[in-house]
Amino acid sequence: MAITATLTLSERRIGIGLSISLALLGLVMAAAARQGPMAVHGAIALALGLGLVFVLGGALYDHPEPGPGRLGRYYDAPTRFGIVMTLIWAVIGMSVGVWVAALMYWPEATPLWPATSFGRLRPVHTTGVIFGFGGNALIATSFWVLQRTARARLADAVSPWGVLIGFNLFVVWAVTGYLMGSTQSKEYAEPEWYADLWLVVVWGAYFVLYIRTLARRAEPHIYVANWYYLSFILVVAMLHIVNNLALPVSWTGAESFPIWSGVQDAMVQWWYGHNAVAFFLTTGFLGMLYYFLPVRAQRPIWSYRLSILSFWGIVFFYMWVGSHHLHYTALPYWVQTLGMTFSVMLLVPSWASAGNAIATLNGAWHRVRDDATLRFMFVAAVFYGLSTFEGSFLAIRPVNSLSHYTDWTVGHVHSGTLGWVAMIIFGAIYSIVPRLSGRADMAWPKAVEWHFWLAVAGTLIYVVSLWNAGITQGLMWRAYDQNGALSYSFIQSVEAMLPYYAARTLGGALFLSGAILCALNCRATMRRAGSISDAADRPLVAQPAE
Amino acid sequence: MLKLHYNLEKISMGLVGAIIAVASVGGIVEIAPLFTIQSTVEIPDDMRPNTPLELAGREIYIREGCYACHSQMVRHLADEIDRYGPYSLASESAYDHPMLWGSKRTGPDLARVGGKYSDDWHVAHLTNPRDFVPVSIMPAYPWLMRPLDTHLIEANLATLARLGVPYDAQMVSNALGDARAQARPDGDGADGLRDRYGEGIALRAFDGDPARLTEMDALVAYLQSLGKLTNAAAALLKEDAQ
Repeated sequence: MAITATLTLSERRIGIGLSISLALLGLVMAAAARQGPMAVHGAIALALGLGLVFVLGGALYDHPEPGPGRLGRYYDAPTRFGIVMTLIWAVIGMSVGVWVAALMYWPEATPLWPATSFGRLRPVHTTGVIFGFGGNALIATSFWVLQRTARARLADAVSPWGVLIGFNLFVVWAVTGYLMGSTQSKEYAEPEWYADLWLVVVWGAYFVLYIRTLARRAEPHIYVANWYYLSFILVVAMLHIVNNLALPVSWTGAESFPIWSGVQDAMVQWWYGHNAVAFFLTTGFLGMLYYFLPVRAQRPIWSYRLSILSFWGIVFFYMWVGSHHLHYTALPYWVQTLGMTFSVMLLVPSWASAGNAIATLNGAWHRVRDDATLRFMFVAAVFYGLSTFEGSFLAIRPVNSLSHYTDWTVGHVHSGTLGWVAMIIFGAIYSIVPRLSGRADMAWPKAVEWHFWLAVAGTLIYVVSLWNAGITQGLMWRAYDQNGALSYSFIQSVEAMLPYYAARTLGGALFLSGAILCALNCRATMRRAGSISDAADRPLVAQPAE
Repeated sequence: MLKLHYNLEKISMGLVGAIIAVASVGGIVEIAPLFTIQSTVEIPDDMRPNTPLELAGREIYIREGCYACHSQMVRHLADEIDRYGPYSLASESAYDHPMLWGSKRTGPDLARVGGKYSDDWHVAHLTNPRDFVPVSIMPAYPWLMRPLDTHLIEANLATLARLGVPYDAQMVSNALGDARAQARPDGDGADGLRDRYGEGIALRAFDGDPARLTEMDALVAYLQSLGKLTNAAAALLKEDAQ
């Protein structure tokens, strides 16, 4: 069904108005900057705005308006679009990831162009998977979960599109900017000032939509999953704004300087950086877990009290731990110690969440065995528990002296992102896509099983090889011979990494092939839509008196 | 408590307020004092900001993503001090917007790389690292020999001056001339450049050709300045040893 057909005539007109505004914004940016990344980004916005005007305007009167009956159904078209974007970014982001992994033992495996050099591709990978893959999955599933747990339809039909399209424009600006050499260099916050401002606008619209829909809820209580999604939306806004405060060199160019410098900048950056892990890569996905796992297992959440404890524990403790990225540096010692202490304490709420999820499966273990989709979610919960344990461990000062700056950190991050975040996304996707298509199951159920084992094998190979790499590196750097001289030159430690780098590339490639299989499977499923609809799955709408 | 939460769950703006309040504490406690406690950053007397050419090199360092593989933060650990030199002080990056401490050492730390290798070595190594170090996995940067884009040099200094980096009006208005002068040792601007930034700065044709101002000039000038903006770290380490 065409997207336009889901909008009423006035909504289509509002959409055209917004698209024209976007095109004008792009035109102003391109005209003001005239050259460089900002001009290119202006042109992209202009093209997108005009494209949307044509899509909406061209079909303005083609489709009959949806009647008032639409209010008795959930609005899932934006979720479907979000899932499609999730899968596109998964393939892009993970492909670039495999590419940069290969460059680490075969540095010539790239054309000698500035745009394809390692340092520019690497943020394309991180932004592509964190924001493109993860972000779209969060937004798409949050719409799905919010409507069903609130038993209310999304508050309006235009703003979900604005949020998703605006967010994807941000990600496109970000990755194309890096290729052109435009970056703030702040890890996971690389996009320049105008992209950051744009994201603030998009995020504001997201929050307003979320709260308006919550306000219409037919359930008195707000379900746990929504607490997590809400904390994701709110705290990411806080982090994003504070960390990205910058003074542009001019209003007509991309360049800017962050207002923070030196040690303060380091602290702000890692307060942001670690809480991007917390509130982008954890709480939103816990929201996903708290909805999809019980639904798929057909079991209620094991403990309501435990979910309260773990929610507030995570929201409170995480904000303190960023300084464990700065052990033994020029950051004041007491701040490092606080970061370490809270990192260890964080294990309690983290394991409370993981344990709560796993205990929920009690009585449904036969489903875990038979259903690859539920198994994705189970493995996600297990990896969540493992990587939060590892995280607390690595934050302990003496351990960190060995692990910091090594590939152990990279391995740790991937045990979280591949093993936990990506697995729960795939679990959610395999739950949603058949229902979005009116089917009982995916088009190729066996491919889900294949994907599961590719993903598990890829993650394990990746993580184990980088454990070896990181520990070897750390030990080589600190080894002394009997004469009291350092045993190894730096380049010897680089050479020792090559087999592990090759193995991690293989692990990444396995994971990527699973993701491609998932994308193809979802495409096949969406194309062979059925007509099953669940009578119980309806928003509660007040009926007028007869 | 449970009763309280039972009621909180019914009020969406209550949840919003509670999340913001609970999440704010950690950041406020850890970050705010860093701006007020004098002892966090004590600027040494001999500390100088980057010259315009070094600053342009820093922008190239950022553009190419060098920070993804090279840290600029020697930790307070024996093996790091032996391998790289004196541990880094907060003051050494006090003028760095943004800081480039890094998080990963795929290559070695660069906080003290200034003066360790010759300009020629850097030029050849950046053009193709494997000519010198056969097992190196560093990318090659042959395009750095193109002319340096200087149209933002003055505006960059002016912006940093507004953020508190001690660039005075002279430094800002002479930025472009100073950038050119630093890579042309026999030119007229050399004396003015030394007056503004001190005798200690490197003033050489970094890429080997004084006639052209290239990105290579800027990047090598920047690399040669790393760890050389103040002598405080070396002096402190000596003091520690005694």
